[in-house]
Amino acid sequence: MANVSIIPSGDFKTSYGTDTTIFPTVTSRNFAILGVVLLLACPAFMDRYWLSLLIQIGYLGIAALGLNILVGFTGQISIGHSAFFGFGAFASAWLNNRWGVPVFLAIPLAGVLTTGVGLIFGMPAARLKGLYLAIATLAAQYILQDFFARADWFTGGTNGTIAEPLTIFGFAFDTDERYFYVVLVAMVVMYILGTNLMRTRDGRALVAVRDHYLSAEIMGINLTKYRTMSFGISAFYAGIGGALYAHYLQFVSVEGFTIVFSIQFLGMIIIGGLGSIMGTLMGTAFMVLLPELMQAASKLVSGTAIDTALNLKDNIAFLREMSVGLVIILFLVFEPDGLAHRWKQIKAYWKLYPFSH
Amino acid sequence: MTLLFQLLVNGLIVGALYGVVAMSFVLIYKASRIVNFAQGEFLLIGAWTCWWLLTSWQLPFWIGFPITLVFMLIFGVVLQVVVLRPMIGEPIISVIMVTIGLSIVFQAAMKWMFGVFAKPFPQIFASPTLDVFGLQVQTVYVVSLGISILIMAGFGWFFKYSRLGLAMRATAFDQQVAQSLGISVRQMFAMSWAISAMVSAVAGVTVGVVNGVSSALSFFGIKVFPAVILGGLDSIIGAVIGGLIVGVLENMAHYVDSQWLNWGNMYEIAPFYVLIAILMVKPYGLFGTKDIERV
Repeated sequence: MANVSIIPSGDFKTSYGTDTTIFPTVTSRNFAILGVVLLLACPAFMDRYWLSLLIQIGYLGIAALGLNILVGFTGQISIGHSAFFGFGAFASAWLNNRWGVPVFLAIPLAGVLTTGVGLIFGMPAARLKGLYLAIATLAAQYILQDFFARADWFTGGTNGTIAEPLTIFGFAFDTDERYFYVVLVAMVVMYILGTNLMRTRDGRALVAVRDHYLSAEIMGINLTKYRTMSFGISAFYAGIGGALYAHYLQFVSVEGFTIVFSIQFLGMIIIGGLGSIMGTLMGTAFMVLLPELMQAASKLVSGTAIDTALNLKDNIAFLREMSVGLVIILFLVFEPDGLAHRWKQIKAYWKLYPFSH
Repeated sequence: MTLLFQLLVNGLIVGALYGVVAMSFVLIYKASRIVNFAQGEFLLIGAWTCWWLLTSWQLPFWIGFPITLVFMLIFGVVLQVVVLRPMIGEPIISVIMVTIGLSIVFQAAMKWMFGVFAKPFPQIFASPTLDVFGLQVQTVYVVSLGISILIMAGFGWFFKYSRLGLAMRATAFDQQVAQSLGISVRQMFAMSWAISAMVSAVAGVTVGVVNGVSSALSFFGIKVFPAVILGGLDSIIGAVIGGLIVGVLENMAHYVDSQWLNWGNMYEIAPFYVLIAILMVKPYGLFGTKDIERV
């Protein structure tokens, strides 16, 4: 069964090895490789604007994967993810500006620092669950946001801070075309790490904690350890994503990392599918492209009666904000398992086509 | 010293309002086990509705205010039936996210309809300040304190003596038992949302009269969390006490900060530090029931 190109209709797994492969068939692996190769070619023919959107999907997708490991795989709720994302951004810039750490080292180090902060706020998580945890992370969000505004030595206070572009051996990744590859490499590495984590003993322990934590504890899984660990991992991913963001924009201001941004992260993983790694990427893409879609829609109706009635030009910002909330609600009510689930259904439909019954 | 006393009084008054909002928050949680992240938006919607009736329609306060309450009643019921009822039985994360989504939608919608700037209420009381024990206190504050106490007493009576209140308590205690006694659990859920929306609107209008109406009102919904965590998520008395503590605490933090520390912004942030500290020591809040789980 190891090297089939399409899944046979009677799909019997006979060993754990076949059950936990990253790619179930050769075809799916080839497609994944093809996808990456296509992405590699993107800067050659895409314009700046679309590249910048892809880069956004890249670094936000990394951070969102961290949140999905925490929320989707471990079942812990966090409403403070953007604060960790912001911490990563500032930490990387600070390491580079203050201590002269080269940027390509500062990015992973920022991830490590953010992990530390995540573990501090994860400490209550070891004892809390559900609602109380959600509220504790809400507090973390506000405390960190306040810290950003206050700590001049770290964030530059209200002025924000400058982040140098990434340079390796004198080659500066300072344009969108160049930085695209940095984000792509980081994303592929982080996603492979994430997928592999879920195949290990620790990853299965996280899922067990989510599914039934009492049973998990009885089976000898250390709840405190895995809950805290999951917080740490999620903060690490957020930190890396944030650091990539900082060196892309080359400037970090303290205002961006609000609770609305945190909610957007949650939106990404809910739209993509809780507990699905590819879904995280789909959800992120959806969230990033949503404003574009709305822009296009508003252009379509501009000049018509709807446009004048709603006064779209001035209110598009509110509409955008509203659409985030609305999309989250609609997905939860109509498609609670997210885009990943829909994708699976499409695949299942074509698997037996045209004899689907 | 006068400053300290003034801040203390302010803290108690604002705290009483926090207590009222926290109470309506706990009401929803107790009845339907839903943490309502859109509580602050209830204040916002209530305040804007009242403001709109008073300015655009030039209604006197004593007509506009009851209309606001009726509107909030209908609004609460509709919200529960349309959005929250399908979520029964879904995991906590989904329910939380739905209320968060609602809060974003409402907030954006309110900004869209009424703009981003604070708008003052028309004058309601004849004299703006009153003399209380030698302190100049705004009339609205005194009235709001009165209203808060009235609402709290009302809640006390409602849950202790009225038929509906008892039915709601029974539902909160055990839904199956309540159902077998002939209580409509669906109605109780809808009622709890309606009452909560109404009470929040009262608080919203009160704050709106004092500070003007703006989207800053919805921050009350966030401040509620330290209050209910202090009190425990499922204790109504705890919510009131928690609200008072948070109100006094933030004013005290502000005092300490302005006198000695000069860190700035302590007024906003101090309750959250306390929240984290409490959760580390007592994971179920000060008055909350500890979950005992049986396998």
